[in-house]
Amino acid sequence: MTVSLNVTRRSLVAGATTGAGLLLSGCDKLAQSPAFMGMLDTGEKLTYRVQRSISDRAALAPEFSASQMSPHFRTNGNTMPSSAEYAKHMTENFANWKLVVDGLVTNPLNLSLADLQSMPKRTQITSHNCVEGWTAIGKWTGVPLGMLLKRANLRPQAKYIVFHCADSFGAAPYYESIDLIDGFHPQTILAWGLNDAMLPVGNGAPLRLRVERQLGYKQAKYVMRVEAVDTLANIGHGKGGLWEDLINYEWYAGI
Amino acid sequence: MADTEGHDTAGLKGGDLVKRHRISTRLWHWLNAFTIFTMIGSGLMIFNAHPHLYWGNYGTNYWSVGTPFYEHPWLEITSHPVTDPVTHKVTVIGTLIIGSLHINTTGVLGVSRFESFPGWMTLPGSYSLAIARRWHLFFAWVLVLPWVAYLLVSLFNRHIQHDLAPTRAELTPKAIWQDIIDHAKLKFPKGAAALHHNFLQKLAYLSVLFALIPTMILSGLTLSPGMTAAWPWLLWLMGGRASARSVHFICMSLIVGFIVVHLALVIVVGPYNEIRSMITGKFRLPREKTPTLTPAQEPAE
Repeated sequence: MTVSLNVTRRSLVAGATTGAGLLLSGCDKLAQSPAFMGMLDTGEKLTYRVQRSISDRAALAPEFSASQMSPHFRTNGNTMPSSAEYAKHMTENFANWKLVVDGLVTNPLNLSLADLQSMPKRTQITSHNCVEGWTAIGKWTGVPLGMLLKRANLRPQAKYIVFHCADSFGAAPYYESIDLIDGFHPQTILAWGLNDAMLPVGNGAPLRLRVERQLGYKQAKYVMRVEAVDTLANIGHGKGGLWEDLINYEWYAGI
Repeated sequence: MADTEGHDTAGLKGGDLVKRHRISTRLWHWLNAFTIFTMIGSGLMIFNAHPHLYWGNYGTNYWSVGTPFYEHPWLEITSHPVTDPVTHKVTVIGTLIIGSLHINTTGVLGVSRFESFPGWMTLPGSYSLAIARRWHLFFAWVLVLPWVAYLLVSLFNRHIQHDLAPTRAELTPKAIWQDIIDHAKLKFPKGAAALHHNFLQKLAYLSVLFALIPTMILSGLTLSPGMTAAWPWLLWLMGGRASARSVHFICMSLIVGFIVVHLALVIVVGPYNEIRSMITGKFRLPREKTPTLTPAQEPAE
């Protein structure tokens, strides 16, 4: 009885391990088929539609109290853009830096950091939810994006807001994009302050996007230009963001 | 052939070929058998992107020399390359850390920086958070929607009430203890009695259906910033996003435990008969040792 059970256990473990290994390597083969990956991608569209339909357009991401904040807000990704232009802005303390708002707008804007800071501001303590699985809670201060978009006055064809950034990975400049629902969401701000101080370079100075209902890679740092577009097809590789283009992250990062 | 699920089993004896599992149970079983492997494999790959788990609202494993901000993960899988001073050969030491417990897992867990769980366990087999998320977030729907459908069908056809809900007689301490003893001795019912789930079996299935899968879904949704905006109570329920990730991982571990015990019992009880009953629905009742006696009348061993 004991002997037969030992054999059973051993063969069970060996069988299960081989089975799992074969199944998973078979799955890897499946994932090389564009049709199969196309099927997997329907998950993103389904999630996007369902999340948009069950939540109010203006449903707020949870906000936290000062006592719940991370002891230190970590940096991640690029922590210093490499361009000479950015280096010059940094040494000038961004005094000659300008944010451009253009594209499908009737009134393009050109705003200095001082202009942005003199506008009505919003401060929120929110959770930064990294796609990798880590979470940090920080206090952001900035100008509501919706206010800038109203001032620039979107043309009716505008469907997406694109953020062009000063940093890059290899030769590819960072960019991100969101829909107009998130664009006009009350918590969507272009932040110039973190934890009651000016936004540090490591976290995206002088200006970074906070789009609180999505994951960390959507929170574009070093924002130089905000562009309203009708399609994402003509920017980068057309998937709406650098990580979306390079390694197939989902454009909708609400989950 | 008798239809036995939820029906009278009088007159049946060991050796009879009977109908055991409904089509809804069989379909859901095999769909899940595939889905759960894709979910675990892709989930382990997602874990590899940040192999640290915390309790609370935040956790970034931010640590550098001179900063006092280490955020105390309760579970980590680390890998440290060590160079032999004589041969200069590099070995990667893998360590599973749970609280203050350090377990050397060299060669199995912590194979390299991005292989806390090694390639043969993960989907895909080499590091890609993006592809793992595609698998995970598609098959999450394949896990959730049929689970809801199965619950509805099984309430409607009274599978849950008839076959899974423990009877009053099974719930006495004596009966539960007897069931534990029988399992420990690998002694399982024969004849018509084999058609009914025993108490521990019912408890296992009910735990998966009504505790593990729902907790898995809720903790997974808590990781989604879109969902916590729509349903802020998720964060309250899970005790924060970092906690939700820990809960999600613990549920996965319990489901792996369930699968291991489930497969072991299938093999012990009789893989051919058990697997056939889950494919065609037909099950041959195990023969009684003494054909004239039912298990209840058998002398105690």
